[in-house]
Amino acid sequence: MSIKTRMSGNEAVAHAIRQINPDVMPAFPITPSTEIPQFVASMIANGEIDTEFIPVESEHSAMSAAMGASAAGARAVTATSSCGMALMWEVLYVAASSRLPIVMALVNRGLTGPLNINAEHSDSMGARDSGWIQIYAENNQEVYDNFLQAHRIAEHKDVHLPIMVCQDGFITSHAVQNIVLWEDELIRNFVGEYEPEHYLLKEGESMAVGPYALSPYCMEAKKAQAEAMKRAKQVILDVAGEFEKITGQHYGLYEGYRLEDAEYAVVAIGSVCGTAKDAVDRLRDRGVKAGLMKIRVFRPFPGDEIGAALKNCRAVAIMDRAESYSSQGGPLGAEVTAAMYRAKAVAETVNIMYGLSGRDVRVADMEHVYESLQKLAAGEIRYPEYPYLGLRSASGDEL
Amino acid sequence: MRERQVQIPMEQQAFRFKEIQERPERLAPGHRMCAGCGGTIAVRNVLKALHPGDKAVVGNATGCLEVSTFMYPYTAYEDSYIHSAFENAGATLSGVETAYRVLKKKGKVTSDYKFITFGGDGGTYDIGLQSLSGAMERGHDMVYVCYDNGAYMNTGTQRSSATPMYADTTTTPSGTVSQGKPQARKDLAGILAAHNIPYVGQTTFIGNMKDLYVKSERAIYTPGAAFLNVLAPCPRGWKYNTPDIMEICKLAVETCYWPLFEVIDGRWILNYKPKNKLPLEEFLKRQGRFQHLFKPGGEGLIEAFQKEVDRRWEELLNRCEG
Repeated sequence: MSIKTRMSGNEAVAHAIRQINPDVMPAFPITPSTEIPQFVASMIANGEIDTEFIPVESEHSAMSAAMGASAAGARAVTATSSCGMALMWEVLYVAASSRLPIVMALVNRGLTGPLNINAEHSDSMGARDSGWIQIYAENNQEVYDNFLQAHRIAEHKDVHLPIMVCQDGFITSHAVQNIVLWEDELIRNFVGEYEPEHYLLKEGESMAVGPYALSPYCMEAKKAQAEAMKRAKQVILDVAGEFEKITGQHYGLYEGYRLEDAEYAVVAIGSVCGTAKDAVDRLRDRGVKAGLMKIRVFRPFPGDEIGAALKNCRAVAIMDRAESYSSQGGPLGAEVTAAMYRAKAVAETVNIMYGLSGRDVRVADMEHVYESLQKLAAGEIRYPEYPYLGLRSASGDEL
Repeated sequence: MRERQVQIPMEQQAFRFKEIQERPERLAPGHRMCAGCGGTIAVRNVLKALHPGDKAVVGNATGCLEVSTFMYPYTAYEDSYIHSAFENAGATLSGVETAYRVLKKKGKVTSDYKFITFGGDGGTYDIGLQSLSGAMERGHDMVYVCYDNGAYMNTGTQRSSATPMYADTTTTPSGTVSQGKPQARKDLAGILAAHNIPYVGQTTFIGNMKDLYVKSERAIYTPGAAFLNVLAPCPRGWKYNTPDIMEICKLAVETCYWPLFEVIDGRWILNYKPKNKLPLEEFLKRQGRFQHLFKPGGEGLIEAFQKEVDRRWEELLNRCEG
């Protein structure tokens, strides 16, 4: 029997970890992900799971220990945010290229400058090229469900890549929402045992991990890794299909909300999508064909699917919660417009910077975005640069 | 995290040189370390201290050793091996060791394993000090072996905090207004002893390698965290005649520049006290990196260096029993 209850996003991750009962969890506290290792340590202290917690002295060591544990043949998980993941940076790449299926709960928070603890995607977006699969969540239910699917995706023989399960700091990590929890046994059967083909402690063989590779070999290793990332797309869909069979919850690479006939679309990631859905409903009530493209999987990037889904729109707003300081816009803006170009989509586009350092985004703000799209499509306004939503400035850069 | 396992190190097996040297090499020949490299001698001999039939996972920080012994698609290690980065050998192996305990408990691994990681002084004294400290403080059942050649040799002899004072390195070159590295070396074994781990040993290559063997065996078979500091000369960086390595090590010990000692459960034990402590000059003059000290004007510097060695030796004598 599933249980209808309420909990925060961090609690949801901890609950998933309790059900999965991973072998090893190295972690170092950082707001807003700190609760996750705390909950897990408490579960261990009360004998609810037999995971070994490693109270490492830094996030760099957390990822290094996760690598060691995973290479040794254990199921390894960790959790972090922001600067914590920045400190892991070097090892993120090593873990991915060593093809270790580590699962990381990433509670998105802005990278420091200035120091801020609130929701932003600069941490995970900065690591978008590190070789990790990235899955994002709109709400606590998705956080929970995504985490439950993560091991199956990462450990799949066609993939063998680490995965970060992302959620917005405080907005979902700390806010308590209604949630449906699935039965322990159902989940344990779904996740299954981890049975790697090769590992350091395997009986009857020895293995070496982390070579120095010269140019005649290194490029092939990178290509093989890139191919695994491509294959992850189908695996993510297959795992989602199996998950749907046991829970009834549907997940894909992206979610289109009233998108099929939409003339004005917003493309976004994470918790803002819930706000955008409300705005879409209000606009639809007023007869405006508004829709939403919520990207769930950012790595691998479902460019073809996104391009095709936006092909018939008149105007598209691509929302970034991370500056790239490129003077062209954010990472999502760059990738989505490239995908649209390849799909020969001709919609007007605007890349909007929003919610940086936890700046609040209300339904009215999103309605304003859709209204701006109507004006953009009608040729009434132009956006030579990428505007900031809700900026307290008179510079003219605000939307 | 773990209950501190207070246990007297196992009875040492008698040191049977021939038998030990005849044990199969766990670092296979064909790797690309320099001829006469001290690091290689350290690794071969530490791994010889594993009892025949015992399994191990070997860890490694980035450095000469890693890039020369595990060049894809060849590995020189007979045992399972893991390298991840420069500064995280301690943390990486702590993850392996933790996985081992869980998988053993769950019945997924049945064999017994030992965990030994190697780092140069760059990866150990400097960039990897935090990761090493964390792993030792948490009490993982592993050995961290530093092969200390006193500089960043992989990148071309830059100074480290293990570099002896006045040594000429590529980032502390001796010149018209410089006499090499201005600072004295860090006392890493002392820092590790302050972690109150069950075993800390300092050794080098002496005679038939008995000291290195005995300490390696103790480090490997003492339950809990252990640290071994092995002076491992680098002919290229130290600029001595390559075949002279054993003599260089002997002089390091006889001048008390590199004393042989152990710290077992907090007890400091001096393993060797030279009958006639040689002047430091004897150690310095054999190495190109100190040649500038023997030019006019260098006398005061050798004296200052001698004073520092004497001070540390006295301090060590005071710490040691008997």
